[in-house]
Amino acid sequence: MLLRAFFQLGLLLLLPPLLLGVVNRVKAVLAGRQGPPVLQAYYDLAKLLRKGAVYSRTTTWVFRAGPAIGLAAVATAGMLLPVAGEPAVASFAGDFVLFAYLLALARFFTALAALDTGSSFEGMGAAREVSFASMAEPALFLCFVVLARATGALSLSGMLGPALAPAWRQASPALLLAAISLFVVTLAENARIPVDDPSTHLELTMIHEVMVLDHSGPDLAFILYGASMKLFLFGALFVRLVLGFRFDSVWAAEAVFVGGLLAFAALVGLTESVMARLRLTRVPQMLVGASVLSVFALVLLLR
Amino acid sequence: MASWTDMVFVLVVVLDLFVLASSRLGAAIRAVALQGALLSLLALLLASQAHDMGHVLLLASGAFAIKAVLIPWLMFRAIREAAIRREVEPIIGYVPSMILGGAGVVLAFAFSRGLPLPTPEMHPFLVPTALATVWTGLLLVVSRRKAVTQVLGFLVLENGVFVFGLLLTDIMPVMVEAGVLLDLLAAVFVMGIVMFHINREFASLDTDAMTSLKD
Amino acid sequence: MTAALAIGAVALASASGVLGAALRRRPALGQRLSCAVLCTASALGIAAAVPALAGGGGFEIRQAWQEPFASLSLRLDPLSALFLIPVLAVPALGSIYGVAYWPQEKLGARAVRLQIFYGLVTGAMAMVVLADNAMLFLFGWEVMAVCAFLLVLSDPDRADAQRAAWVYLAAAHVGTFALFGFFSVVGSARGSFDFAAWQGLPAAGAAGGGLFALLLVGFGLKAGLVPLHFWLPGAHAAAPSHVSAVMSGVLLKTGIYGLLRTTGFFEAPPLAWGMVLLALGAVSAALGVGLALAQHDLKRLLAYHSVENIGIITMGVGIALVGRARGEPALVLLGFAGAALHVVNHALFKSLLFFGAGSVLHATGTRDIERLGGLAKVMPWTASLFLVGAAAISGLPPLNGFVSEWLVVLGSLRALDLPRADRAAFAVLAAPTLALVGALAAACFVKVQGVVFLGNPRSDDVARARESPREMLLPMAVLAAACLAIGLAPGLLLPSLTRGAASWAGLSTDALAAPASAAGASATGVSLGAAVLLAALGLLVVLRRRLGLLRGTAPRSDTWGCGYAHPSARMEYTASSFAQILVQGFRFALLPRVELQPPRGLFPGFARFATSVPDAVLDLAILPAVRAYGVAAGWVRGRLAGRIHFYAVLVLATLVALLAWRLLWW
Repeated sequence: MLLRAFFQLGLLLLLPPLLLGVVNRVKAVLAGRQGPPVLQAYYDLAKLLRKGAVYSRTTTWVFRAGPAIGLAAVATAGMLLPVAGEPAVASFAGDFVLFAYLLALARFFTALAALDTGSSFEGMGAAREVSFASMAEPALFLCFVVLARATGALSLSGMLGPALAPAWRQASPALLLAAISLFVVTLAENARIPVDDPSTHLELTMIHEVMVLDHSGPDLAFILYGASMKLFLFGALFVRLVLGFRFDSVWAAEAVFVGGLLAFAALVGLTESVMARLRLTRVPQMLVGASVLSVFALVLLLR
Repeated sequence: MASWTDMVFVLVVVLDLFVLASSRLGAAIRAVALQGALLSLLALLLASQAHDMGHVLLLASGAFAIKAVLIPWLMFRAIREAAIRREVEPIIGYVPSMILGGAGVVLAFAFSRGLPLPTPEMHPFLVPTALATVWTGLLLVVSRRKAVTQVLGFLVLENGVFVFGLLLTDIMPVMVEAGVLLDLLAAVFVMGIVMFHINREFASLDTDAMTSLKD
Repeated sequence: MTAALAIGAVALASASGVLGAALRRRPALGQRLSCAVLCTASALGIAAAVPALAGGGGFEIRQAWQEPFASLSLRLDPLSALFLIPVLAVPALGSIYGVAYWPQEKLGARAVRLQIFYGLVTGAMAMVVLADNAMLFLFGWEVMAVCAFLLVLSDPDRADAQRAAWVYLAAAHVGTFALFGFFSVVGSARGSFDFAAWQGLPAAGAAGGGLFALLLVGFGLKAGLVPLHFWLPGAHAAAPSHVSAVMSGVLLKTGIYGLLRTTGFFEAPPLAWGMVLLALGAVSAALGVGLALAQHDLKRLLAYHSVENIGIITMGVGIALVGRARGEPALVLLGFAGAALHVVNHALFKSLLFFGAGSVLHATGTRDIERLGGLAKVMPWTASLFLVGAAAISGLPPLNGFVSEWLVVLGSLRALDLPRADRAAFAVLAAPTLALVGALAAACFVKVQGVVFLGNPRSDDVARARESPREMLLPMAVLAAACLAIGLAPGLLLPSLTRGAASWAGLSTDALAAPASAAGASATGVSLGAAVLLAALGLLVVLRRRLGLLRGTAPRSDTWGCGYAHPSARMEYTASSFAQILVQGFRFALLPRVELQPPRGLFPGFARFATSVPDAVLDLAILPAVRAYGVAAGWVRGRLAGRIHFYAVLVLATLVALLAWRLLWW
């Protein structure tokens, strides 16, 4: 039991940068390039932690505290996440609300830190980020409500635990729609194509990248690590929702979970390679579409 | 695993929502074609032993041929003639149309149980899907500016009526069903011819530009 | 004993301003004395309320009175106690704030008048919460409305204050009229105007529906439910900031108290009532936060957020009513607890935000956020305390806004426990609505905090800003500490909230014991999460400090921003641009107006572009309707005024009609 908790904590802390590496590798291979090494994100983090930081005269303590608050919030949200169908470190009824709002806390302070620099680029990124996030939040909540209705549980560990497999037998259309909606929300919240382009620095395409332009050194390391952890959290939700089987051996479940996560990262890379970035005016339409799909899934279960 | 029929009904409604959200005419026409193919599949899935298998196959293949092959082909020809590829911003706007469409779907699924039906219900999703599709079709006709999309809306509306018709295959003889399909074909034929002439005359299929045609 | 404390609190609070007026020769002493008296009154009242919440110590008094239909009946039960605490605490803190913000020595008679009405409005609100007789309730209600009107007119030279005050007075009296209707109908049906005689009212049928409609209009106008919110933004923006804090934080809640108290009289409220409240609350919340996003006047923005939060509270009340209609104690408990806790929480963080806005106005002289920026460097304490309020209103953990919104969401999720194919299960759609509202509120407060306090100054108004004096910072600090405390330990408040729910719904606390313990277990989880968050944050800050010491920090430079050569304040992102994506996305609901004077010609000269978002209900519906009525009435007056025969005919016709009605129908 304690061993499993340590293992889950270890996964949460050590695996996320690997996901970033897999995504970038898949994108490179599909584009016909060699691409960076899969462990590149770890090297980047180590490099950034070795550097010092430069601060602007315009900034206040909010700019310096932003990355730390963001990472702390995302890590706390990781405590609520069930891994491989086993209950999370902490689980209670309504914990998915705390999960969503912890991510909102991280976003609040990252956006404030961006506005603290007084630059129009960062202000633009912050405006786009909070606007799109406000349209993605209802879709995320609706996915959780669909899961709650299908499994009859109100905590993340209950929703993604042993009750999930029978729920798939009973309510597969609704859960399938919820999974699609969750994938769209994942792409939006983690600033992936088709919502944002994480590899360019052109004003037209940036949302998340442009918010963190002025951070440097260990602050930028915290932000990079926090972003990878957020991708890990959403990936864990998606993988567990789609692969809702029961396993007899805990270690078999964990192995399938890690494999599923790597496959999820590959899927994200595939999506990014195949799709083009949407015009920014179309992103709200996409997010509202995801919400409407989830509402439809809910109604299927409520009648 | 829930039955395949559930999946098909859900997919029909998802295609409705997709057509409401789409601004590319090619994608919208393909979606309506796919919806027509799914409806012909539905006719096969919902057939029970009491039916004459030949009659059911005739209906299904007729629906497929007309809804999924012939009419989309006519529509593609129409847009190629008029050289348009995209819809302009509709009167209601994409986000409000999606919200209205979604609200229609929710209300249809929530309240359709109260409707009195002449025959026992074949499948719990049938009436709500039909209502939702009819609602989507009417929303498209009312809110879109390009005539092509309005025709697509009419097609979606007819698809909804077809789903309702599946409810009554026990009582309605094949003549009436054939009549419905033929009527649909004639309407689209006429609309295609009219659109071709409108485009030739005014070099545009934008219905906003045609408001001066009154009186 | 508690009765004496409560009555003493009401009396002292009402009299506090008068004491200050008596010492007009020594204005500083007079103001501090009235502030001290108000704080004492508040302490007495809270001392009376806390035992009632803890399980014992409520009271009921009945005393005959000469007034027709009235009796001096007062009651303190857990529901009243829950509302009495914010009603007394917020004005006390506001009066401390007012010592430095609206000082009597500088403003003279105006400040004396404000103190008098401030005390009176506090006493009247306390009376409304304690009243157990309809006429006493209405007496307190009317005093409250009139005093609030006079408080909004504290600065009578300003045109916007005059207009806002008149709109407020008109709206308040329409609401009081509806309440008169309700009380008269029920009072004459029951034969007595004491609330004690009104238990077990039948709620079914057209009569019940009509009574509910009267309640919605009467209390909805006071609380600010859409579409009856139109008076709110103007009144709250025009009043002095500590008055706005009281109006937003507490005055609106008396409407919610009235709604709860009167729905508590009914025997078995039907499902439709709960669903209507849920729908109205959702619309208020969404529209309130959407309109708030588009505002650039700091206080008007905060007023629209009050509309949003009243919507959230109403959603909680709606869920509780759905629970009563379906007999689900979990829904009743969670809905009521969420609504009541949000009443307290909103009073706390909204007052904090209004105090902050007042500090900004006091320091810079402007409420327009487009002219501010970089204030955190000159007003660090105000900025940090305002940030706590902003995070609290956005519902972020570990603060109190999260806890009450979480309770309401949990309540809506319990609707999934209802049997399959029950229409009431659609109440679960409140959860994603709250998610949308919370995310939009966070977006709005990122904008406010970022544009006002962070970045570079956008105009010269910032140059003369100084940090606020101690008297203005102290109430803000107390409120911020309270927000954090409630956010960290919500489970401590659950027993009191359970008692409140039981007393409102007419259930025993045993019936609510099972859902209460389940909620308590979850609340422990929330506290644990908050604790882990703070621990992780502490760890990371320490780690960052060590790394910073090891690696060193380069001296400060300009903002890099992808290679700016000469950054200036004009390049900063403005508040309108920040809100633009959302305002454009939701333009079908917000109806923004654009005034455009584009550049013309080959060598373009002057060009102008301005956007504004008027209040849809006020500017598009009510004012045009009032103007049309004025035109029609003017036409009639033009034709018929001044002729004595016409007036005489009117009198004769009315007399004949009354006689006919009495003789033929009655």
